[in-house]
Amino acid sequence: MTDIADAESEAEGVEATEPEPPPGVPFTVNGEQFYAEPGRMLIDACEDAGAYIPRFCYHPRMKPVGMCRMCLVEVDTGRGPGLQPSCMLTVSEGMVVDTESEATKKAQDGVLELLLINHPLDCPVCDKGGECPLQDQTMSYGPGESRFVEEKRHFEKPIPISDTVYLDRERCILCDRCTRFAKEVAGDPLIHFMDRGNQTQVNTFPEDPFSSYFSGNTVQICPVGALTAKPYRFKARPWDLNEIESTYPNPMGDRVTIQSSRNEVLRYLGVDSDAVNWSWLADRDRFSFEATMHDERLTTPLVRGDSLGNASDDGDELVATTWSVALTKVVEALEDANNNAGPASVAVIGGARLTNESQYAWARLAKGVIGTDNVDAQLGDGLPGDVVASLPRGTIERACAPGSTVVLMSGDPKEELGTLYIRLRHACAEDGVKLIELTPNETGLTRYAALSARVRPGDIGAVAAAITSGDTASREKAIGSVSSAELDELAAALAGAGPITVIAGRTSLADHAALSVEAINAFAGLDDAVFLPGLRRGNVNGAIDMGLAPELLPGRTSLDAAGSWFAEQWGSVPAAPGLDTAGILGAAATGRIAVLVLLGADPLADFPDPELAQQALDTADLVIAVDPFINSSVAAAADIVLPAASFGEVDGSHTNLEGRISPIRQKVTPPGTARPDWMIAAEIALRLGKDMGFASVEEIADQIAAVSPLHTDADAAAIDAAIDGLVVPLVEDPSRPTRFAWRDQGAPEEPASYDSYSYRLVVDRTMYDAGTQTAHCPSIAGLAPDGAVRINSHEASRLGIDAGSTVRLSSKRASIECTVRIDERIARGTATVAHNHPGLDVRSLIEVGEPVTDVRIETV
Amino acid sequence: MTIEMIVTKRFDNLNAHEIDEYEATGGYQALRKALTMTPAEVHDEVRTASLLGRGGAGFPAGVKWGFCPPNVWPRYLVVNGDESEPGTYKDRQLLERDPHQIIEGCLLTCYAVGLSQCFLYIRGEMAHAQERVARALNQAYAAGYVGKNILGSDFSVDIVLHWGAGAYIVGEETALIESLEGNRGMPRLKPPFFPAAVGLYGKPTIVNNVETMANIPFIVERGGDAFAAMGAENSKGTRVFAVSGHVNNPGVFEVEFGTTTFRDIIMGDDYAGGIRDGKSIKAYIPGGASAPWFYEEHLDIPLEKTTVDQAGSMLGSGAIVVMDEDTDMVKACHNVVRFFARESCGKCTPCREGTTWLERILARILAGQGRPSDLSLLMEVSENISPGIAWPPRQTTICPLGPSAVSPIASALERFRDEFEAYITLSDRRVIPVGAA
Repeated sequence: MTDIADAESEAEGVEATEPEPPPGVPFTVNGEQFYAEPGRMLIDACEDAGAYIPRFCYHPRMKPVGMCRMCLVEVDTGRGPGLQPSCMLTVSEGMVVDTESEATKKAQDGVLELLLINHPLDCPVCDKGGECPLQDQTMSYGPGESRFVEEKRHFEKPIPISDTVYLDRERCILCDRCTRFAKEVAGDPLIHFMDRGNQTQVNTFPEDPFSSYFSGNTVQICPVGALTAKPYRFKARPWDLNEIESTYPNPMGDRVTIQSSRNEVLRYLGVDSDAVNWSWLADRDRFSFEATMHDERLTTPLVRGDSLGNASDDGDELVATTWSVALTKVVEALEDANNNAGPASVAVIGGARLTNESQYAWARLAKGVIGTDNVDAQLGDGLPGDVVASLPRGTIERACAPGSTVVLMSGDPKEELGTLYIRLRHACAEDGVKLIELTPNETGLTRYAALSARVRPGDIGAVAAAITSGDTASREKAIGSVSSAELDELAAALAGAGPITVIAGRTSLADHAALSVEAINAFAGLDDAVFLPGLRRGNVNGAIDMGLAPELLPGRTSLDAAGSWFAEQWGSVPAAPGLDTAGILGAAATGRIAVLVLLGADPLADFPDPELAQQALDTADLVIAVDPFINSSVAAAADIVLPAASFGEVDGSHTNLEGRISPIRQKVTPPGTARPDWMIAAEIALRLGKDMGFASVEEIADQIAAVSPLHTDADAAAIDAAIDGLVVPLVEDPSRPTRFAWRDQGAPEEPASYDSYSYRLVVDRTMYDAGTQTAHCPSIAGLAPDGAVRINSHEASRLGIDAGSTVRLSSKRASIECTVRIDERIARGTATVAHNHPGLDVRSLIEVGEPVTDVRIETV
Repeated sequence: MTIEMIVTKRFDNLNAHEIDEYEATGGYQALRKALTMTPAEVHDEVRTASLLGRGGAGFPAGVKWGFCPPNVWPRYLVVNGDESEPGTYKDRQLLERDPHQIIEGCLLTCYAVGLSQCFLYIRGEMAHAQERVARALNQAYAAGYVGKNILGSDFSVDIVLHWGAGAYIVGEETALIESLEGNRGMPRLKPPFFPAAVGLYGKPTIVNNVETMANIPFIVERGGDAFAAMGAENSKGTRVFAVSGHVNNPGVFEVEFGTTTFRDIIMGDDYAGGIRDGKSIKAYIPGGASAPWFYEEHLDIPLEKTTVDQAGSMLGSGAIVVMDEDTDMVKACHNVVRFFARESCGKCTPCREGTTWLERILARILAGQGRPSDLSLLMEVSENISPGIAWPPRQTTICPLGPSAVSPIASALERFRDEFEAYITLSDRRVIPVGAA
């Protein structure tokens, strides 16, 4: 016994003295042994080992080019030491690296001297000064002075290469980062090297500017001040900037750094979040701080009044007032409405702009305090809230993992969800992800798609059903423009697919949402298919999760499934299911809504039926707007306007399309007396005599964690601590109500037959439009193209019309005149008009309630 | 001394570029013979011949052909006709005077390695060569030598002509592949990927020089042993040299490796015919502008790879540029460096910035504004492009273009330092104002 025990303890002793080597291959850096996974770039492996190697061209999110030669280090792989670019060399077993040898230092010193001979050294007037890798690395590794006595190279000082980016070729060190970004990341290879030798320069092609939706990223990755962004030029010095990490409120939840100086937001920078945006941002988001800082931001509550500024209920103007006056009026109106017609005479539209906490506060105010279920964060342009809430949810990582398949049946991600486009593009182009497109027109991803079918509006449900069912009979005949052979091909691709992620949204504002739901139903029947909602508005995913939709309650649950639980938590819940935005506007137009709250919503501009929206706003007794700006609906109809704080001015959290919750943090104070939306809700509740039980953002987050079936562990501390965010559902708590399945919408009416004279109308969206936020960003406001109908050249020649000519578009409902743009991405038989482009409102054509809209095109 | 010509045998026949004449002088016989052999047998003949690549690096062609990874298809043959180095014009002559020989060489190579497509990349400025090759290719297609089922066999090859756009760097094989793919001609780093493994469009690609191709028909027709019987131990067969500069009879000469010396080819009456006006030789570049210079004492070195390498230079691209006693070596040095500075592709910092800096220092010295410190500065800048300034050169760059600009400086400064010092001593101002060039 003793012997055995001794032997055992001896064996343990041996194990203790010889620990297992760490995984990976051994290699030596500066005399010390380290381990790295085979295939890891030497430059990264050395950094892991604590030996930082200076670099300019290397960027971990792009392919190495070995251009700047700054990362040369002495490497010995058995054939004697030699200088090698560490950004193009992978670690191999036994490799001996010296990052501090004489030869390495001489090479670093030499490269820096050479980079500086033509660099203008105008650091005192350069935006990059103070955060410049060239400055920093020259200090650390470079020569003290130059031996270059010749005149430096000259180019015309900054030239605009796009509407938002300037290029100073004298400062450029030709690292290929911006040009690689344009080609490899954005897929818009519009900037390139020109000329050669010492005259090599980055430039655009003549007459072809760098008009990429992602051009601002090149400014962020430029290692010198060669690329500068119009909105930031000469605004601040880096050492004057204060910064905080936050989450940009778009459906991707891009991680950003907000930088400000003297209480003014001056710049957003993308943060390299593995899970989400990989450090990239779309320009529309990157430069949107201009709207936050805009002069037209509301600073005080407004009520109706006369032109002299005196409050008067039937006045034509909006005049400034105090919060107490405004809130008193709000509360009086709410009480009157409740007393006269019951809580259902109050309705809330909007809320996608808000943080999760503000959304929860408003959801609780509406549903738990006022008692109305007439709440909808979407404006008839998305998917039914119950469908989104009960979709089996995927993640971007799963969608972009090698071997997976992505089905796209939403709007063009390049136009609507910029960084999702970047991630998907990379996944398809580099990682072999199979993209299957079921869209009416080609998208920005069509080039990278394995299969791209042009599905005519109205057919998506039938196509989805045919390709997901095993029943080959449904594929024997073509469905609209999708041939039988294409259907077979799509079905085969899906049958043999790995994990499937469906990006589900609305491909056209002119289609009935039930069509998209029908397609979702088909895909939901597949094993291993998960969804990412392709909704485009701000924190719309948070709004749905927080219950800002009819019949929904916080935590993706419903009145039906969780009504009693929430009645217990909140005191009460609405007695009956309420209306969505279309229903609310319909009810308002017929006088059944007394108080209509526009929670950052502009139904006049965004709802697919502007006439109904106008009628509703005209007929509702009282319209209350909570908004940072006076938008068109507010100007037309609001009786009381409460100024809201916006992004950068509030704390809270954000939910992206995966259900990932990440923190939003305050950097500056709101203008004037503008308040966070949750605070407005809390105050109204208090004035209505109900305490919702929170007085800070943290307390709201903790309350959400305490009541939501979905957010059990997502309390304030957990959200604050999660670097890459928290993906809900977290732990399913058995004591809380379960999730539910969405209602079958029933098969929508068969689309009208397609006559040879008419075109099916697609109403899509583009990155830049005349939306309130974009319109308040001077740098990008002008980028929205003028409204036009887009058709392909085949249809144009069939109709005998040219680009630029004026045509009349007529549906059964209305007729508008517009110019023609030729666009080969538009499918045959389809006429496409973008929503909310300056000078053209296409919505009057849409036959709301019908499955699809057909239009005729006539020359004028 | 007369030897049997291999690649220039039809140079005296001014109609050799026409297919009838080519066929009448034994053309396309090698192809007919090859089609009776297996591809492996053809490959073996080339291996036996020990044919060294004629582009400059001198790598055995038969070995290179064997580097394609097995079972990866398609594979491509790219023929490098982007001959642009100053003083080099042998490939141009081969393309202009005997284009069918190149086409036949391409066909044989494709047959031996199992390639179905060949890209013939010809320098953009060689208009006459382009016309001749295009005409020859059309004739060859019409005669059934190129295309589907060549001469009734199941061997099919397409040859695609591609004209360069005027960049010297595209002579570097990876830059040439980039250019063919439609990209800017800039070299790729190798390793990890040599073109034979991952080349054009990511597929295995054999890149060979025009002159290499011109040797293949002879090897196939007469056998590898017959070829290997010619030349020196380590350099088989013949080599075409383009002699230019201060000689009486500049031109292209095919000589047998090892048997001819520099003195023969520069001074010999059969060849360049000596220095013009009876002057004496001061220096000569033995193998293209990037090669270190040779002098009178090197004249008796035989034209043979190993010996020349050991003497500290190279046969490189086969361009011998002769400078007579009156040559201003500072100007000569500047001329060569300026070429490389202008032709740098701009990719690597040391080459893009360094070669231009060297050129500007030399220009300043020539302009009478040199400083005594400039000579050490030239060497130190050179050191940053080519550490150690050794031969064969080490480099801080991807391709050897940058170090190529260092060779003439190292040579000229070592041998003719007094000429540089004379320029500097005679300068009217020792200190130049900042900004003057």
